[in-house]
Amino acid sequence: MMLSLEEIEHIADLARLQLTPEEKELYRQQLSAVLDYMAKLRKVDTASIEPTASVLPLRTVLRPDVTRPSLKPAELLANAPAAEAEMFRVPPVLE
Amino acid sequence: MSLTDLTLHSAAEKLRAGEISSLELTEAHLARIETLDPKLNVFLTVTAEQARAAAQNADEVLHAARRSGATPPPLTGLPLALKDVLTLKGIRATGGSRILENFIPPYTATAAQRLLDAGSVIVGKVNCDEFAMGSSTENSGYFPTRNPWDTARVPGGSSGGSAAAVAARLALGALGTDTGGSVRQPASFCGVVGLKPSYGRVSRYGLMAYGSSLDSIGPFARTVADVALLFSVIAGHDPLDSTSMPTPVPAINFTADLRGVRVGVPREYFIEGMQADVEQAVRAAIAQLQTLGAEVVEISLPHTEYAVPVYYLIAPAEASANLARFDGVRYGPREAADSLWEVFERTRGARFGAEVKRRIMLGTYALSAGYYEAYYGQAQKVRTLIKQDFEQAFAQVDVIACPVAPTTAFKIGERSHDPLAMYLEDVFTLPPSLAGICGLSVPCGFDQQNLPIGLQLLGPALGEDKVLRVGYAYEQATAWHRLRPGL
Repeated sequence: MMLSLEEIEHIADLARLQLTPEEKELYRQQLSAVLDYMAKLRKVDTASIEPTASVLPLRTVLRPDVTRPSLKPAELLANAPAAEAEMFRVPPVLE
Repeated sequence: MSLTDLTLHSAAEKLRAGEISSLELTEAHLARIETLDPKLNVFLTVTAEQARAAAQNADEVLHAARRSGATPPPLTGLPLALKDVLTLKGIRATGGSRILENFIPPYTATAAQRLLDAGSVIVGKVNCDEFAMGSSTENSGYFPTRNPWDTARVPGGSSGGSAAAVAARLALGALGTDTGGSVRQPASFCGVVGLKPSYGRVSRYGLMAYGSSLDSIGPFARTVADVALLFSVIAGHDPLDSTSMPTPVPAINFTADLRGVRVGVPREYFIEGMQADVEQAVRAAIAQLQTLGAEVVEISLPHTEYAVPVYYLIAPAEASANLARFDGVRYGPREAADSLWEVFERTRGARFGAEVKRRIMLGTYALSAGYYEAYYGQAQKVRTLIKQDFEQAFAQVDVIACPVAPTTAFKIGERSHDPLAMYLEDVFTLPPSLAGICGLSVPCGFDQQNLPIGLQLLGPALGEDKVLRVGYAYEQATAWHRLRPGL
C-alpha cells in the first residue's frame, strides 16, 4: 500500500516536523515499504491475547506524597535558547 | 604490556598494589585517544581535565586504602567511557543529535553516578546513532565511528562508540544502551563482550529515552569478568526509576565447566541468507559448550519471524512520544521562527536526522486515530506471544545460544540507503528485547576477512548470572578475547 502525499503531510503535521518536498517523497516511499512489511502481523491470531504494555510485573509504583528538593529554576533555564524572569521565552502562538 | 592492554580486573589489582597509579593509567588512555581518535571518531566529548582530577583523587583513595588495609571501591581509578545518551552533570550530552548540540545536563544519570561512586574515571562521552536509533552508528548527527578492526567498516550500533572505545583500548570499559540489540550487535562487530541486562535491572534515570518499554543500559569490556563487574556496580533498584526492579542482583559464580547446564539452540535463528562463516563460528562455539559439559538441545521460538515488524512498530511509537520534548523551547538550539508552531516544526525538521524523522513518522502513524489497533495494538499482542516463546523455552533450558547478527561488520555506506535492510540486521537481537530478557554477546571467532563474530547467550529475565557464567566458561576455554585489532 502506498501512502499518499496528504497522509505524509498529515503525519508530519501531527509530529510537528517541517519536511522538504524531497523528504516528503522519500519518506512516502520508505514508510510505504516498511508498512507493507508490517502487514505480515495481520496473519497472527491474537484474538485471545493480551497486549504487553510492560514486560515487568510492576504496576503503579508510588512514593510517599511528600515534597523533596528538586532542580532550581536557574538550573532549569540554563539550557534555554531564550529565557526571561524564570520563564522560557517563545514567539506568540499565531494561527 | 602497555597500560591500555590491561583489563579492569588486572588494572585494579596493579592499582591496589601500588604498582601503577591511576594518573599514569588515565594519561596512557588519554594519549592513545589523542593519537587514534582522529582515525576512529569514537569520542564526541573527551573529558581530559575532569579525568585527570578524578585520577588524582583515585590515587589518594588508593594510597589511604593501602595504609589502612581497607578495600577501595571496586572501580577506583579505572578509565571508562559513556554513550552520549547518558547524562553527567555539567558535561555536554548530545544523544548523538544536533538537536542537543549544546546541551549541558543539570543532573547525572544513576548508572553513571554508580560508576563514579565506585571510583571510576570517566574519559569521555562517546558517539552513537542519534537517540540510539540505528544499527551502525552512521545515524549519528556528527560523524560515523569506524570499526577498529577495519576502519572502512561500521562498528555496529547504536552503541558503536562504546564498543569501538573498548576494542581500540581507548577505555577499559564502557556503558552503552540496548533497545533492540544496540549493545550486543556492536559488541559482536567489534570483538568485545557486551551485556544487555534484563529490562528493569539498571535504572534508566538520566538516560535519554528512546523506547521506554525496551531501553536497557549495558556494559562493554574485553572480558566477561570485567562486564560482570561493571554490571554489579550499575544494577539494582533505584527509587528514581519506577520501572527498576526491586529484586536483588545475584552474585555470579564463575566455573570452568558447564555440567548440568542445559543450552537451547533455536532453529529459527539459523536462516537463509546469513553469512556462512558466521553460522559456522556460532555452531562451533555451541559445540565447545558441549565439550565443557553442557547439554545442548534444539528448541523452537516460533514467533521469531514477527519480531522485526513488532519492534519497528512499538519502538518508533514510543520514540514519537519520547522525542516530542525536543521542541526548541527548553534546551538545544532553536531555529528562527515567527510563531510557536514554527519553532517546533523548523527546529525539529532541521535538527533531527533522517532516521529519527523516519521513526517519528512511523510511530506517529502507528498511533494515529484509525490505525492504533491495527498497528500498535496488534504489535503489542504479538509481543506477548514472543515473550511467551521465551518463557516456554526457559522451562526446558537454562540459556539459549544463537548468533548475534546475520553478518559481520559491513562497510560504511553499504546499508544506509535501505532502511528496511538495516532493520532486518536486527533479526536475532530484537526478540529478546521485546521479551525483556537478558543477553550477552561474547567473541567466538572471525570471518574470512578477519572481522569479529559474536555468540549470543540469552537468559531468562533477571537471569544475568546464568549467561555470564556460561559466557565465562566459554571464554576461558578459547583465546578470542586475547586478540586485538592492529591499531
